[in-house]
Amino acid sequence: MKRFLGFVRKEFYHIFRDKRSLFILFGMPVAQILLFGFAITNEINNVDIAVLNQSKDVNTQEITQKIDASKYFTIKRFLTSEKEIEEAFKKGDIKAVINFEKDFSEHLIKEGQGSIQILTDATDPNTASAITNYISSIIQSYQQQQNQGVQMDYQIHPEVRMVYNPELKSVFMFVPGVMTIILMLVSAMMTSISITREKELGTMEILLVSPLSSFQVIVGKVVPYIFLSMINAAIIIFLGITVFKMPIAGNLILLGLESVLFIITSLALGILISTMVKTQQTAMMISLMGLMLPVILLSGFIFPISSMPAPLQVISNIVPAKWFITIAKGIMLKGVGLGYLWKETLILIGMTVFFIALSIKKYKIRLE
Amino acid sequence: MKVIGYIIQKEFKQIFRNKGMLPIIFVLPLLQLLILSNAATYEVKNILFAYIDEDRSASSRELIEKFNASEYFDVKASYVNYKQASEAMLKGEVSVLLHIPQDFERNLVRYKKTDLSITIDAIDGAAAGVESGYINQIIQGFNKKIRLELLSFSNGNSKPVRIETIPSFWYNTTLDYKTFMVPGILVLLVTMITLFLSGMNIVREKEIGTLEQINVTPIRKGEFIIGKLFPFWVIGMGLLTIGLILAKLIFNTPMLGSIGLLYFYTSFYLLVILGMGLLISNYTDTQQQAMFIAWFFVVIFILMSGLFTPIESMPKWAQWFTELNPIKYFVEVVRMVMLKGAGFTDILPQLIKTLAYAFVLNVLAVWSYKKVS
Repeated sequence: MKRFLGFVRKEFYHIFRDKRSLFILFGMPVAQILLFGFAITNEINNVDIAVLNQSKDVNTQEITQKIDASKYFTIKRFLTSEKEIEEAFKKGDIKAVINFEKDFSEHLIKEGQGSIQILTDATDPNTASAITNYISSIIQSYQQQQNQGVQMDYQIHPEVRMVYNPELKSVFMFVPGVMTIILMLVSAMMTSISITREKELGTMEILLVSPLSSFQVIVGKVVPYIFLSMINAAIIIFLGITVFKMPIAGNLILLGLESVLFIITSLALGILISTMVKTQQTAMMISLMGLMLPVILLSGFIFPISSMPAPLQVISNIVPAKWFITIAKGIMLKGVGLGYLWKETLILIGMTVFFIALSIKKYKIRLE
Repeated sequence: MKVIGYIIQKEFKQIFRNKGMLPIIFVLPLLQLLILSNAATYEVKNILFAYIDEDRSASSRELIEKFNASEYFDVKASYVNYKQASEAMLKGEVSVLLHIPQDFERNLVRYKKTDLSITIDAIDGAAAGVESGYINQIIQGFNKKIRLELLSFSNGNSKPVRIETIPSFWYNTTLDYKTFMVPGILVLLVTMITLFLSGMNIVREKEIGTLEQINVTPIRKGEFIIGKLFPFWVIGMGLLTIGLILAKLIFNTPMLGSIGLLYFYTSFYLLVILGMGLLISNYTDTQQQAMFIAWFFVVIFILMSGLFTPIESMPKWAQWFTELNPIKYFVEVVRMVMLKGAGFTDILPQLIKTLAYAFVLNVLAVWSYKKVS
């Protein structure tokens, strides 16, 4: 035991001696969570649009003003002919053009119907459909204003309640996600590198002939990283609560324990990677190239899993991050406890056991 | 010149000798392009839908049928009380709950006004917004139908005005996400591979100690750097080529603009990434540090590139910040050229910024590279 503690101490020295890595290790999560918490959003805001008004009458001007006044849109310029639309889209500085038909007011008054074309640059389909929806709803509310006094019969009034995130803040969605990415990549990458590093430098040989069992060697290597990752998790949760006003509807201790579990899962994955490769370079490329995009894309961090094609929904199940994100969102936003999250927790435990078992099987005591 | 040739030869040999690395460089990224492009969609469909029908009338059944028929909603279950339903929502089995109260139909006929309550799991705020839009559409459609059926009994005294909006989606009329995502993800993968490889390369020689040996040879600084980085430039271009072929063959991504222009831009863009990799190499002592720094920048670059979330929605300071993000320019250029058919003058601003970026980074990198440790 004393020997083992000595070994763990050696590992801590290694880490603390490398000031630059340490700085990145702690500075990075803070910088990322702040940056992303404020900057990443898939809501639309202040989108630059243009107006092509061929009728220039009271109604079209009122609608234009109404759109400009909303926080979603800024009218950047007025076009004079349809030819300019293509040019403007190609340059990419405006995302939509509102095209009023000729003699809009006249049609509206005489025939009771006017039409407005909403042209969007749909290279980004998400933004395009959001813009179309928002503009349509602004126009609809204008229409309602015009129709005041006209009685509307048979109204169904839906009362919509947004639960768990009533203000639809996208930061609530992203904080658990960023936390997951950071924990996953830091833990997996750190361990896979630190073990292969010893291999590559030849010092692994020395460790293996020491009286420590190989199990102790591996555990000893991992302990410091569990510690560091826990501090990271704590910092991220703290920033989420204080800076972004993340509610922790559930039990904070449970969240802490689940984070530790997820950290161990990631470390186990890191160990597994290190048993399979020989050089740091390969270890890093696997943990970076192999993990980064799947963790971002298949975990439900940004894109909803339920919308993906069925085969991908199946594949997403093997991404540990998916389960942890479900757990983190459940505890933070829904306030549920283990009673609801036991399945996800068991899956993470199962994955950890699997990774460790596989690493033990692959682990070689002798170097060739 | 001859020296550079030899260094390049050595580098290529080293890269291709490492059998574990080859699949990571070529297979992994392309596999991800093929698989992950399907995952990146904001489209909201297969919404887990459940209802509580306390009215059990013809109208309520008809309304539920409307949800059932919609392509967006996937009717999962019906519950008898709210408690049961909210339990299911907590478990994540249901994300939209429609609650039809008693007397739904009676109120509609008698008072011409009736209430409904809808509960949406709003953790994903953007999806919740879209879902609420779909729900409104369905209810409005239902409303209209009822109004038409029953209007003959009521006395509409004046005609309401109607403003029709006609949406028109340019460049991607079917709002296909893959068209949007494939070029972006390809660009990302090319960037990641070249940055990671170049960032690790020189520092690896440093760590193993072989850099010392090269430093005592008559090879000059410039020759060494060019010889070191050129192979990764080739790999980056190669990856782009294979990726474009796959995009065309498998995703049938439109390529409206000139592919030559795309290559022209990429050849300069890669200089930015290689310069950045070299700079990282210079300022670190171990591969671990190098990777950490590269990772730090790549995560920020990816998430702030406009690839997954629109840049216009970011706060002003963050938008300024993205000006420093090379991936942003590449994503913009690849989408403009491939999807909109933009020409040289359209991408000129991005090209100029990229060139300036490449120049500054490479000057810094060469200047900070010291032959003496």
